[in-house]
This record gives sequence, structure tokens and C-alpha cells, in this order.
Amino acid sequence: MIHPSHFTAILFFALFASIVFGITMRETPRRMFRYGAYCFILFVGSAIVLSWVMFFIAR
Amino acid sequence: MSTTPNRPAAAGKIAASKPAQQGFVYFPLIAGWLVPGGGHFLLGKWIRGTLLAVSIFAMFVLGLAMQGKLYTGAQDILDMLGMAGDLGNGLLFFVSRALGLGSQPVQTTVADYGTKFIVVAGLLNIIAAVDAHNLRTGRKSS
Repeated sequence: MIHPSHFTAILFFALFASIVFGITMRETPRRMFRYGAYCFILFVGSAIVLSWVMFFIAR
Repeated sequence: MSTTPNRPAAAGKIAASKPAQQGFVYFPLIAGWLVPGGGHFLLGKWIRGTLLAVSIFAMFVLGLAMQGKLYTGAQDILDMLGMAGDLGNGLLFFVSRALGLGSQPVQTTVADYGTKFIVVAGLLNIIAAVDAHNLRTGRKSS
């Protein structure tokens, strides 16, 4: 059994979901890679931003 | 005038592409659902199929390793949705159920994440299977 940190879990989730999104939503390898990277950055970036928002709401 | 010489070549291209269009059109969709990446393997998209298979399989296994739960019944609407997501994993779901994996109740936050990993792996597998179907029917060019 593994117990990753919450951020590690987000990284895993973003990586695998972005790979599938990139391959299925675009048609050429170059565009697949770019869209996958875009999705990965959005996944991780939005998680960080929302975490800070929740941090300030909770104070 | 310029199209006349190209006609035999165009006809040849159509004839050459016909064998690829023959057979059961939903086969890549079903294969992709049962085995992650299977639909792409059937169509000769080996690299894409491998990437999809590794991603979906890794997400499913990580979910189980995080002590995530496999939905076994549908008592309420949330269970029903979770069950639908889990069923998207195809054979991974049925084999794991048969082996008794993912049957323990969720007790930690990480285990809840694991449950979501399993559901999302199933949903991603459905997207991949539909992509294989689109490639097969020609809706997606490459």
C-alpha cells in the first residue's frame, strides 16, 4: 500500500489524465504533446491556486 | 482535364483503403473498453496505444494501492455514478473484483483519492475507446 502526499497524488493524476487528453483530443504528435503539456499545467496550476484560495478562506 | 489522369490513382487509393474499413466497425471500441489501449493496438497505433495503456493501467493500480474502493453495487445515485465510472475499466474492473481487490471500506483521505483514481481511470478508458472508434470510422483522420 502507498500513501502519497496530496501534491504527489495531484501530480500523478495530472500526468496520466493529460497524456490521455493529449492523445485523444489532437491529431498530430506535436499538437498532442502541446495540448498534454497545457492540460498538465492547468491541472496542477489550478490545484495550487484553489489551495491558496481555500487557505485564505479558512483563516 | 487535369482530374482525368488522377482518376485511376484515386480509385486505387479507395480500393487500397477498403480492406481497412471492412469488418465489424465497433470492434476497436469494444477492444479498447475491455483492454486499455486495445483499440489503438488493433488499428496499428502502437505508440499511442502503449501510452494510453500505461497511463490508464497505472492510474487504476495506483488507485488500488492507495486502498481505493471498487464500487460493487448501486445503493444511491453517487454509487451508481461511481459504478459507471468503474465499469469503464473493462477487464481490469472484473478481474480486480474477482480477486477481491478494492473491497475494504474507505477510511483515509488517500483512500478516497484512490477511489477517485479508479473511477477516473475508467472514464479515461472510455475516452480512449471512443477515440479508437473515431479513428476506425474515419471521423478522426490520424
